[in-house]
Amino acid sequence: MQNTVSPDALVCDAPNDMKKAESGLANLKYLVVGVLFGIVFVKAEIISWFRIQEMFRLQSFHMYGVIGSAVVVGMVSVWLIKRFDIKTLSGERVEFHPKTFNKGQIYGGLLFGLGWAITGACPGPLFAQIGSGYVVVIATLLSAVAGTWVYGYLREKLPH
Amino acid sequence: MEFIDLIRKPWPWYVAGPLIGLTVPTLLLIGNKSFGISSSLRHLCAACLPANIPFFQYNWKKEIWNLFFVAGTVLGGFLATHFLENPDAFQLSAATVTELKALGIRDFSGLMPADLFDTANLFTLKGLVFFVFGGFLVGFGTRWAGGCTSGHAIMGLSNLQWPSLVATCCFMVGGFTMTHLILPHLMKLF
Repeated sequence: MQNTVSPDALVCDAPNDMKKAESGLANLKYLVVGVLFGIVFVKAEIISWFRIQEMFRLQSFHMYGVIGSAVVVGMVSVWLIKRFDIKTLSGERVEFHPKTFNKGQIYGGLLFGLGWAITGACPGPLFAQIGSGYVVVIATLLSAVAGTWVYGYLREKLPH
Repeated sequence: MEFIDLIRKPWPWYVAGPLIGLTVPTLLLIGNKSFGISSSLRHLCAACLPANIPFFQYNWKKEIWNLFFVAGTVLGGFLATHFLENPDAFQLSAATVTELKALGIRDFSGLMPADLFDTANLFTLKGLVFFVFGGFLVGFGTRWAGGCTSGHAIMGLSNLQWPSLVATCCFMVGGFTMTHLILPHLMKLF
């Protein structure tokens, strides 16, 4: 148990490390990447509750193939960026963030897994499901935001 | 076969997985951004209801790219569903169909079971379990874990971070536990 605000409370898990300030319009490029990402999620049926059930019942290789090949491509990309010190478009050095272990990864991970099998969605697919017309998933998303808020509220009392 | 007909069909894992993996270097190289989606939920809290909670006291505007990204994901979901619709019926493994039928699922026509994900269920016990309780676990769990399938399983593992491997294994254990040990009991409630 910890009773003080740990310094990592103020650090984002998926941070923006770009030093140069970006205008509102420059953010549209992340919207475009998000659009492509959403299309892949729908076309590969990753947003499907049924596909997630298939995965957890070990009755299809599809989701394992998706996640596995995504990780391999991600690993090779990160290795290449580090090996050749590839710079960002604005010429900055790419920042990587080591993750420090804490018990939250176990407790939180287990809770998220339970929720994943109920909702059939991790956070990314939640957004794509809503776009696909499953409007009721807005309720799931709002509840996920509420869950995040309650975590922030209880954070100092939870084991990490 | 025309290209458009080809991309209307469901995409195999070896096309979708690498494309998702490429999100990692794309975000890093276009703007020095680490991939992670559940952070968007935290930014929404920080932007809408920070309530003096230290965890929500940070410059969320600097992280607004993440909200643009998820807005794009909603739009991508819309575009794929309306303009690249799969002309064929949804295919699910026969074993999964049999097991889910035994649990009381009857409609296998769409990507989501209409028996559960229907607005008519919103204010019912089913809605409470599948939307409210399920969504809460996703939001609370990912933040406690410090990331979700994107931040840990894809970004974290790509960067060879062993805590992300621990988190990913726990995601899977939680999912197997719900599917095999809890869901059968939950489905009896309805």
